Amino acid sequence: MAAETDTTAVADRGAAAPAARRPRPVTTETPLTRALLLAVGLAYLALFLFLPLAAVFTEALRDGLDGYLASILEPDTLAAIRMTLLVAALAVPCNVVFGIAAAWAVAKHEFRGRSLFVTLIDLPFSVSPVIAGLVYVLLFGSSGVLGAWLQSHGITVIFALPGIVLATIFVTFPFVARELIPLMQEQGTGDEEAAVSLGASGWQTFRRVTLPNVKWGLLYGVLLCNARAMGEFGAVAVVSGRIRGETNTMPLQVEILSNEFPLSAAFAVASLLALLALLTLALKTFLEWRYGDEMSSSQPGH
Amino acid sequence: MEISVRNVRKDFDRFPALHDVSLDIRSGELIALLGPSGSGKTTLLRLIAGLEFPSEGQIFFGAEDASARSVRERNVGFVFQHYALFRHMTVADNIGFGLTVRPKATRPSPKEVRRRVLELLDLVQLPGLENRFPRQLSGGQRQRVALARALAIEPAVLLLDEPFGALDAKVRKDLRRWLRDLHDQTGHTTVFVTHDQEEALELADRVVVMSQGRIEQVGTADDVYDRPASPFVFSFIGQSNVLPVEIRGGSALFGGTVLGAAAEPDGPRRMYVRPHDFDMLPEGEGGLAGRIVVARRTGGSRFCTVDLDGVPIEIELPHDGSAVRPGDRIAVRPRRWTLFDNA
Repeated sequence: MAAETDTTAVADRGAAAPAARRPRPVTTETPLTRALLLAVGLAYLALFLFLPLAAVFTEALRDGLDGYLASILEPDTLAAIRMTLLVAALAVPCNVVFGIAAAWAVAKHEFRGRSLFVTLIDLPFSVSPVIAGLVYVLLFGSSGVLGAWLQSHGITVIFALPGIVLATIFVTFPFVARELIPLMQEQGTGDEEAAVSLGASGWQTFRRVTLPNVKWGLLYGVLLCNARAMGEFGAVAVVSGRIRGETNTMPLQVEILSNEFPLSAAFAVASLLALLALLTLALKTFLEWRYGDEMSSSQPGH
Repeated sequence: MEISVRNVRKDFDRFPALHDVSLDIRSGELIALLGPSGSGKTTLLRLIAGLEFPSEGQIFFGAEDASARSVRERNVGFVFQHYALFRHMTVADNIGFGLTVRPKATRPSPKEVRRRVLELLDLVQLPGLENRFPRQLSGGQRQRVALARALAIEPAVLLLDEPFGALDAKVRKDLRRWLRDLHDQTGHTTVFVTHDQEEALELADRVVVMSQGRIEQVGTADDVYDRPASPFVFSFIGQSNVLPVEIRGGSALFGGTVLGAAAEPDGPRRMYVRPHDFDMLPEGEGGLAGRIVVARRTGGSRFCTVDLDGVPIEIELPHDGSAVRPGDRIAVRPRRWTLFDNA
């Protein structure tokens, strides 16, 4: 019915103006434009994403599966993998705690300087990771502000695990908080008020109401945080000292190996990082598809 | 539980939400806080609950000053406007929540909690729904689950914020009757907030009419409808007409026409008249002469807008078969009215 009316209207106009065009919705481009846009998009993706990704795996497997396994099982590389896992295992939980606390403070309470606080949470996104690393060197390094004191107490931060964890925490701390803040703001304080009016303590309210309400959003934030923690290069490169077999993480190891022969060793480690990225992407897509309505991008359940 | 609100004032960021409000609620009473939005009715309810604290004044639960007690310590059953059911819990877990968060010493066993939950589900007429999640329920069902959850903690007082606000008209009416029955059955002191006068008048023992952070009148449905204490109450509850009149020598006059006796000092007044409190007069018997502008038939009566030389009034005439048409000349006289001073 509506289509008929449309056609008539256009035909009428066509009678008045000879240069009549075929009717189509105002928001739709011509087929040619659409095809062109799609082609540009696909070409861009192919050139900058698929091609490098394919290259990583082909190069990694150039010497066959045995060569691939040998490169990964090389002691320094294994140490780098262990280091990366350890750093993520320490940094991510710290950021989960911080992220929940920050989101809870911002979303459920009014206080002075709240918007400044939210802006500060975003700081790591706008600061170059290398600068972040340097700040820690200046603070904790042997000639740094706290360096002498730390040295006299036998604590090494820079060129050791603590420094790497600190730098990683700095770079990744927005992820969990950024995911939770809009989600908690959208949910408001109604559920918490209900829980407290029913006699729940603050902790009971948090554990049984607040946390379950954001669990999928939290998992999403953790996923992104973890991916970044394992893949961070700049900040970690500055603070780790890049000691092979000791303070190298996987991205650093890739960089070192890429200056040596055979190149396939570098690509083998790189392929592990690529796999991690693909796994993260898959999990992220699954979460968005399955629990999208319980995450910040959408409406509350009821 | 008797509740006494004494000289309570509440400011939000120096913006006053309530000015010096006092109210006594009797034990077992069902009371409505009625007013337009911004009248402070929800603020008063939240103050009673302990979700807000008064800037000044006190709130007594029985003989005890509860002003400083938190919502957790006041033992109130609060039903939120949008129910605030815990979406990740089943209906049973929602209802049992208040029992399971009690300190170990007073916490009932899981079996006892379960028994209470099923009992409450029967009470709110939702047996068999204990394993559903809130998203699987209709609005009316959610409302009842929220009520059962609030009742589970055996509250001293039941507080409901716009309990029927989010429901459609039919469900609203049914639930209203049902809530009244439930109240009579359980005898909880109950306070609910509404902006719907019909709801307040039908459901409550007493209605508290509020406007701009003050209580305008407290009384039964008859009190507030038939003996409104202020122009606001008169015009907020039911329909009303306002006629500028002059009192002279014990009579009320409108534009030189005597409307009736008024035992008040001379001077200008505003006369408030309900549409159904006008009588139509046969031609030539005086009264207020006017011209019908609009006539609408609704059920057993006829609503007319009458133009009295520039003053429009709404009157409701019983339908007696005689047709009145726009343009007809008509004479009416108010039968009952209330006079207020010019503001």
